Amino acid sequence: MEKIFKTLSQLSASTILLILSAIFVVLYIEAKPAIEKYGLHFLVDPRWGVTVQKNNTPNVANNTANSEVGGINVEDDDVLAAIGALSPSEEQKSDVVYGGLVPIVGTILSTLIAMTFAVPIAMGIAIFLAEIAPPSISKPVGIAIELLAAIPSIIYGMWGLFYFGPFIAKIFGGSSVNLLVAGLVLGVMIIPFMASLTRDSMKTTPNVLKESAYAMGATKFEVIKDVIFPYAKKGIVGSMILALGRALGETMAVAFVIGGVFNFPHKLTDPTVSIPVVLANNFAESSGLSLAALFYLALILFVISFIVISFAKFYFLRDKK
Amino acid sequence: MRLIINKIILALSTLAAILGLIFLFWILITLTIKGVKSINLYIFTHDLVDNGLRNLLVGQFILALIAVVIGVPIGMIAGIYLQEYSFNNKFASFIRNLSDVMMSAPSIVIGTFVYAILVNPIGHMNGWAGAVALAILMLPIVVRTTDDMLGLVPKELREAGVAIGAPKYRVIFDIIIKAAKVGIMTGLLLAFARIIGETAPLLFTSGNSQYFTINLNEEFPSLTVAIYNLATMPDKHLVDIAWAGAFILTFFVLLINLAGRYIVKDKK
Repeated sequence: MEKIFKTLSQLSASTILLILSAIFVVLYIEAKPAIEKYGLHFLVDPRWGVTVQKNNTPNVANNTANSEVGGINVEDDDVLAAIGALSPSEEQKSDVVYGGLVPIVGTILSTLIAMTFAVPIAMGIAIFLAEIAPPSISKPVGIAIELLAAIPSIIYGMWGLFYFGPFIAKIFGGSSVNLLVAGLVLGVMIIPFMASLTRDSMKTTPNVLKESAYAMGATKFEVIKDVIFPYAKKGIVGSMILALGRALGETMAVAFVIGGVFNFPHKLTDPTVSIPVVLANNFAESSGLSLAALFYLALILFVISFIVISFAKFYFLRDKK
Repeated sequence: MRLIINKIILALSTLAAILGLIFLFWILITLTIKGVKSINLYIFTHDLVDNGLRNLLVGQFILALIAVVIGVPIGMIAGIYLQEYSFNNKFASFIRNLSDVMMSAPSIVIGTFVYAILVNPIGHMNGWAGAVALAILMLPIVVRTTDDMLGLVPKELREAGVAIGAPKYRVIFDIIIKAAKVGIMTGLLLAFARIIGETAPLLFTSGNSQYFTINLNEEFPSLTVAIYNLATMPDKHLVDIAWAGAFILTFFVLLINLAGRYIVKDKK
């Protein structure tokens, strides 16, 4: 009995490893048709579901990826419908190209906007809670912040769509769904998470250190800058990277407000798309090559966020056990 | 000069805190106003096809509950392994870190994974797939909670159990788990709160349904997916229903979180 339970517990612990590697392997297998067809060129190709002529390729400048492909690969129902006007013989000569550049850029840009917006505010909240506010204020506010971190992300998305988007559009012009709104909503969403983690790492600074600095006549700002920050640096940076990882993979807060169109953003108020949103909007209706391309995107997202989070965990937030 | 800089910086960070709080309360207030206005008895007694929320609420709850049934035992036993059987060897700390990384994995990617193994082979979306996706999301949280909470149990309790000749699994189940019961329960509650508000992994695994169903082999109704669909509808009445759903969901999630805090505080 003891042996059975021990083995069982070992097996359960291994499921974590099993699931993670299964995610990686399954995504790779499903993405394989797209990986084989487009290779790494996928990462820099801004076209998604664009039909190109095979033999004479006048309208598309950059065509190295599909010029070598031999077979006819128009498997996707959506695309077939979209190019329904083409006669079958023309279809034989045409090919559909999928490239991931637009959603990849959209993901990176929206995350960057979110971080630029969220980091100062979250730091402000953390400093306020840890050092400035008296306990009678910092306690309820701290709890409120933690509760806000628990609100489902879809709520942030809805708020962005109906209130924040129009508000931003009034200031900056343009439509109420665009890259800027998506980045800011994402920023608002990660603020509570980032603030409470940062506050927690700031609070690990021993009081003795702070008190001795105060005794030397340091001001509060100097204590924060020269004692708390250096002491809690790793924890603070680690929390920020964790928040960044969360912003990278966030779907629902962004899906409402980014626009969801494959459009390379030339200015901040252009609508575009991010990897999770592409997945959310197109996955259920796709098949064949377009589905493989979506799996390719999912794999890219998984690998990026895996690297980012592991970096935060292993380098900055190492368990002291 | 130093004092002035000090004043400015402190004022700035207080300002940042106020700004952040304004945003967050803006969200809560609009949610409450919009939600309360649209809530009535009708939406609790009718299904989505008649502009109600009943099937969605039940569906979301069933999905989360099945996820708990799948995820909690595996996660707890894995947590027990990490704390009680591993003696902190390399494998255990590897799993522990991996589980932490998995906790932050994008939920939509888990959705695509489940789609590949449970939806594509079957040919259509089904409730089981949604529940499994939620269970995978929940697993690392449960592992972490169990691991942490068992770590708080004093060593003497374990030694006392072993000293009276009990086998290790009896010590774990009869002594250690009981000692850590409150903490583990709280953790499970918070994990439940986390998965019940998830949308992304359900979008293309369990899909959505207009009708009341408890048949998990078919597309399954879910509140969060319905909110996503309804909120982008041009019909204003449907948007109001989405707000009502969003309010109920948030209220429920916050309630569970508060309950979790209360239990922890009570124990202290």
